[in-house]
Amino acid sequence: MIAYLGRRLIQSLLILLGVSLITFALLYLLPADPVRQIAGRSATPQTVENIRQQLGLDQPFIVQYWRYLTKLISGDLGRSYIQRSEVTELIVSRLPASLLLMVGAILCELLLGLSMGLIAAVKRGTATDQTLMVASFVGVSAPQFVVGLLLLYVFAVRLSWFPIGGYGTWRHLVLPSLTMGILGAGWYARMMRSSMIDVLRQDYVRTARAKGLARRAILFRHALPNAILPVIAMIGIDIGIFMGGIVVVESVFGWPGIGQLAWQAIQRVDIPIIMGVTLISAFAIVLGNLLADVIAPFIDPRIKLR
Amino acid sequence: MKKFLASTVAVSALALMLGMTSVRAEDAVDPNAKQGGAITITYKDDVATLDPAIGYDWQNWSMIKSLFDGLMDYEPGTTNLKPDLAESYEIAPDGKTFTFKLRHGVKFHNGREMTADDVKYSLDRVTNPKTQSPGAGFFGSIKGYDDVAAGKAESLSGVTVVDPYTVKFELTRPDATFLHVMAINFAHVVPKEEVEKYGADFGKHPVGTGAFKLAEWTLGQRIVFERNADYWHKGLPHLDKITFEIGQEPIVALLRLQKGEIDVPGDGIPPAKFQEVMADPEQKARVVEGGQLHTGYVTMNTTMAPFDNVKVRQAVNMAINKARVIQIINGRAVPANQPLPPSMPGYDKEYKGYPYDVAKAKALLAEAGHPDGFETQLFAMNTDPNPRIAQAIQQDLAAIGIKASIQSLAQANVIAAGGDKAGAPMIWSGGMAWIADFPDPSNFYGPILGCAGAVPGGWNWSWYCNKDLDAKAAEADSVVDPAKAGERDKMWSAIYDKVMEDAPWAPVFNEQRFTMKSARMGGADNLYVDPVHIPINYDNVYVKDVQ
Repeated sequence: MIAYLGRRLIQSLLILLGVSLITFALLYLLPADPVRQIAGRSATPQTVENIRQQLGLDQPFIVQYWRYLTKLISGDLGRSYIQRSEVTELIVSRLPASLLLMVGAILCELLLGLSMGLIAAVKRGTATDQTLMVASFVGVSAPQFVVGLLLLYVFAVRLSWFPIGGYGTWRHLVLPSLTMGILGAGWYARMMRSSMIDVLRQDYVRTARAKGLARRAILFRHALPNAILPVIAMIGIDIGIFMGGIVVVESVFGWPGIGQLAWQAIQRVDIPIIMGVTLISAFAIVLGNLLADVIAPFIDPRIKLR
Repeated sequence: MKKFLASTVAVSALALMLGMTSVRAEDAVDPNAKQGGAITITYKDDVATLDPAIGYDWQNWSMIKSLFDGLMDYEPGTTNLKPDLAESYEIAPDGKTFTFKLRHGVKFHNGREMTADDVKYSLDRVTNPKTQSPGAGFFGSIKGYDDVAAGKAESLSGVTVVDPYTVKFELTRPDATFLHVMAINFAHVVPKEEVEKYGADFGKHPVGTGAFKLAEWTLGQRIVFERNADYWHKGLPHLDKITFEIGQEPIVALLRLQKGEIDVPGDGIPPAKFQEVMADPEQKARVVEGGQLHTGYVTMNTTMAPFDNVKVRQAVNMAINKARVIQIINGRAVPANQPLPPSMPGYDKEYKGYPYDVAKAKALLAEAGHPDGFETQLFAMNTDPNPRIAQAIQQDLAAIGIKASIQSLAQANVIAAGGDKAGAPMIWSGGMAWIADFPDPSNFYGPILGCAGAVPGGWNWSWYCNKDLDAKAAEADSVVDPAKAGERDKMWSAIYDKVMEDAPWAPVFNEQRFTMKSARMGGADNLYVDPVHIPINYDNVYVKDVQ
């Protein structure tokens, strides 16, 4: 177990290093000049050159990357080109909002997805099953931007159940979580359905049925715990999908998380922020995957770590 | 030595020459204004900084103007210059020495009195390369600028503190735009002790002399301004508090406005909702329209064949159906026939421009040796409505035989292509177009049409460089005497007429600004589309439902 963990940690570090190198290289190759973005349109060529020198952007790639890396090791993500603040401070101030949204989204997708999948599996082949599966298909394929605006319009503008965007109370959290959760819920519903159908075909379920156990007991005590295993293992991987989704959802709802920060930084070629958010996201994904793998044997003893 | 003008007389003279009336700053307070109340304003993009030496964005421009002051400012809602922190000023007859007398008793938000030393410090700071100010170049005419910009000196030799309330500027050349330069944000006065205390984070802890002071800043969420009770301009500001909510999509902001949750959507009316809003009389009544110092244009790279032929460029000018392009943006613009927008001094009302004439355009192309047209590329920014406008222009060009493929790219990439001599044959400027930094005709020339801008990484995307016109521009800017402002404007009109003869651009339209306000907001409409305090003049607006 310890050896496995050690090996995985080293792998994770290498992945992060790779991500940092690739992102840094891509941003370096980008045919847009960050200095022009900082200098604005009225800057003289001399001002532009001065800024370039101040930021060390006149140095060769390898020098720039090495400087970034050595600072990174000491925990310094640098200063934003546009905002001039510490990137760490900017990310730390926005991370809680994104994590909260992520928790909300996971709750929504599990609640929605698992119950939809369960019902569909039990009612397999009926109209209910078909309706739920069509709904899950729509959930998976609808663009989050549209879903978000639709939810906003119906539940916030028309019905006034929730505030129109913003951040602060649990009521602010509902619609963005739902928007993010609907996508995952679609996946979970489909996975849960097939996993449940699989389990319901197993011998032990047949045995339980044969000895006259109540339908409810079979479903919730015997089938569900087994059917849910492969689904739970997905949550770790979900984090990657969320990282993509928060950029859109945070924009629509004015949710002050790192997705919004990343989106604005990309538009302004604010390299230190883009690097910082990318690394944090990569870290979250690597960590999520690692956790999913480490937790798996505890949930399902059939899995062994090697 | 005969010195002309002093203080308000000077401004009045200048203003009269510009065809505008002048009011002394103290008189400018709206008598109907009510004191007190709080409003909420939204913006989509984060506020990067509130440091006047650095901030250069839509959302922070007028916020900075409310936290800080400069020696000069403009009458609210207009482009008329007036002294601000300066009480009066004198210009030497050679136009190279400006002496400002400062107001007494103006205090920074930290309680210390502002003096001439602060003015000098602020200018030394903004021009110092370490500050990385995007506006450093505006101060290029001050003596000693080159040494400071090159890192050879820490202080501008041309700025002298005569006494605590007098500061003298010596310039290397007569500069008619200098009073405007003293009004832009980059020249706003900052207290040295606070800048040194916060270092690079001063932009998050701004301390100025302005009408409001920063009360709260929750990164990425909210900025709160509260009234500066010690503000030197008695009677201002009217509001007690302004809350800026950040990160709100314009479309969401509009929904919130309709529900009465906010007072002004800072980013204006989203284009997708424009017709819906205008069709509803109740909403339309709260729409505010204003001109802005903006021109949307197509640049043609004059160093690239076939655009190196003036006839081809003139043909393009005649081929574009401007009325149809304006329809695409729901009529939110007026057609343009010259680089300057109509509200800019120096705009030539007599000039008729190139007519929309397909037959003549074809004939010109044939004369240029392209009877069957040619293939080229049209670059445009990839956010709506720019790709649609580019398509309309593409169709217009196709009608005279020019087959332009559209390169729809992110803003930074288009800017990079334009700044590369072999980068882009044609660029539609939408989304990146020139909005004047200050209301003076020279501001539309140097960086975007002059030789100085036709350098790698520059903004002169047509790479048009006419040395003769550059000399004329320098000559016009040396006419510093406000009594000759009309003459100077005429000189500028002639320069732009000549530019249009050479046709490096096809001017397409001048965008109008449309914004909305809640029913409780008071104050003249032009405060909500202020041409200088962009987008809103926070110091002068008020709410009607207090007391």
